[in-house]
Amino acid sequence: MKTNGTPALIFHALFVAFILAPLIVICLVAFTDKGYMSLPTDGLSLRWFRAILENQDFIDAFWVSLYIALGSATIALVVSVPVALAVVRYSFPGREGLTAFFLSPLMIPHVVLGVSFLRFFTEIGFTGTMIGLVLTHVIIVMPYALRLVLASTAGLDRDAEKAASSLGATGWTVFHRITVPLILPGVAGGWVLAFITSFDELTMTVFVASPSTTTLPVRMYHHIAQTVDPLIASISAVLIFVTLLLMIVLDRIYGLDKILIGKG
Amino acid sequence: MAGGKLKGVLPPYLLSAPALVLYIALLGTPMIMTFVLSFHAFDFNKGILPGFGFSNYWEVLSDSYFHEIFLRTFGLALIVTVICVVIGAPEAYVLSRMKNPWRSIFLVVILGPLLISVIVRTLGWALLIGSNGVVSKTLQSMGLIEEGFQLMFTFSGMVIALVHVLVPFMVISVWAALQKLDPAVEHAGMSLGASQFTVLRRIVFPQVMPGILSGSMIVFALTASAFATPAIIGGRRLKVVATTAYDEFLNTLNWPLGATIAVLLLIANVLIIFSYNRLIERKYAQVFG
Repeated sequence: MKTNGTPALIFHALFVAFILAPLIVICLVAFTDKGYMSLPTDGLSLRWFRAILENQDFIDAFWVSLYIALGSATIALVVSVPVALAVVRYSFPGREGLTAFFLSPLMIPHVVLGVSFLRFFTEIGFTGTMIGLVLTHVIIVMPYALRLVLASTAGLDRDAEKAASSLGATGWTVFHRITVPLILPGVAGGWVLAFITSFDELTMTVFVASPSTTTLPVRMYHHIAQTVDPLIASISAVLIFVTLLLMIVLDRIYGLDKILIGKG
Repeated sequence: MAGGKLKGVLPPYLLSAPALVLYIALLGTPMIMTFVLSFHAFDFNKGILPGFGFSNYWEVLSDSYFHEIFLRTFGLALIVTVICVVIGAPEAYVLSRMKNPWRSIFLVVILGPLLISVIVRTLGWALLIGSNGVVSKTLQSMGLIEEGFQLMFTFSGMVIALVHVLVPFMVISVWAALQKLDPAVEHAGMSLGASQFTVLRRIVFPQVMPGILSGSMIVFALTASAFATPAIIGGRRLKVVATTAYDEFLNTLNWPLGATIAVLLLIANVLIIFSYNRLIERKYAQVFG
């Protein structure tokens, strides 16, 4: 009785094809042997993957993105864990307002964040710096990180902590020997999600990146605005592949379905 | 939770202090500065003028150039939302009726693209619908469209690409609502002689309505503020609010006007989110709360 009929399955097949089509076409075009955009008709070629390595602009941009993602995900997690402990364990005036405030960047369009950060950094003479970029990314990824840390802290069984305290462990010992290991899956999952979110961010970063701090998505955007060539397809194919690997990692440490459903 | 919550005001605020400092310095301050900036006048020779006034707001609200951009953005968001409801909600229902492992596999296939960069997904559509794209070539060979016709740089092209980027959010919301649905109610309806269609319309649909509404809110808000997809697929001619703010800031360099557009976009966004929440709470709180 709870099965899908044929029309439902045909609809499902079309839907999945719609979702996958652009990703598949990118991966196919990336293997073309031609000098222009085309499907690889006479055999597969790695020529455009080799071309990535010869393109210093994209390689630099990749490193900038990597540093920003590593830095912002780490800072976001370090400040999220105490917030989660405060919100989950204490009842205090302003608790709900505080949580809403920390999740509020989700409600602000990234364009608005972009113009605000540009104005702010210009005023204080901080434009295009790496530290500035990392801090703006912290604001963007923090809500994603915080939600996962909140969920894992809320689900934490307090008995182990109480047992440790009653056996004479100090507050710090309880925290790093009991609490941290128990919330680690949520923290690690939040970190990877924050990393991906930062690495992919374009709309805000396009406002604040300088030529020396151009991230990979920003470099790709400027490239596509000029020309669409197989090079951009091969870079995108690599990104799709890396994201797939990260999805497997996320699935192992936290459960991909929990992260994806929780993300909306 | 065992033991209930701890009391005390100082410890939670001390724990939140690092994040609070970060947010006030890097979110609060820039937002206030942008708000203030939107009231400054601008002169192309002298730059940002010191005086305050509503001239930028008046310009945006009275100029038909901006009316067109805001209307296009609103229309785009509306159409994308409707299509996402029409295809995303049924897909979530089909998924919920699948058996594992298919259900988990397809859930990841459909939601996984959310983790792939928007710029990559948009590029995929540029490849599909550009003048040499797969879709264009196929439709040409079938004689359905003329040589040289393309969806690239058209409103329809933007709609298709944005539906692709955002429909996973609709599937998530409806999926979450479907998880709360008790299958026994569906079975009861069936065994009392209701047709499949009646069960869908009278039992399933009303119960997933909150999911459809919250999914619509997310899709609408994200379409209205989308930048990358309209910029690439729409091109220079089909401007939306986000790309206009970008142009004012980085091409025309009229920052106060750009800030005004940003503030209006933010206000519209927040209004949409709050009114949707009010609607959902008022309509469904007493039934499903």
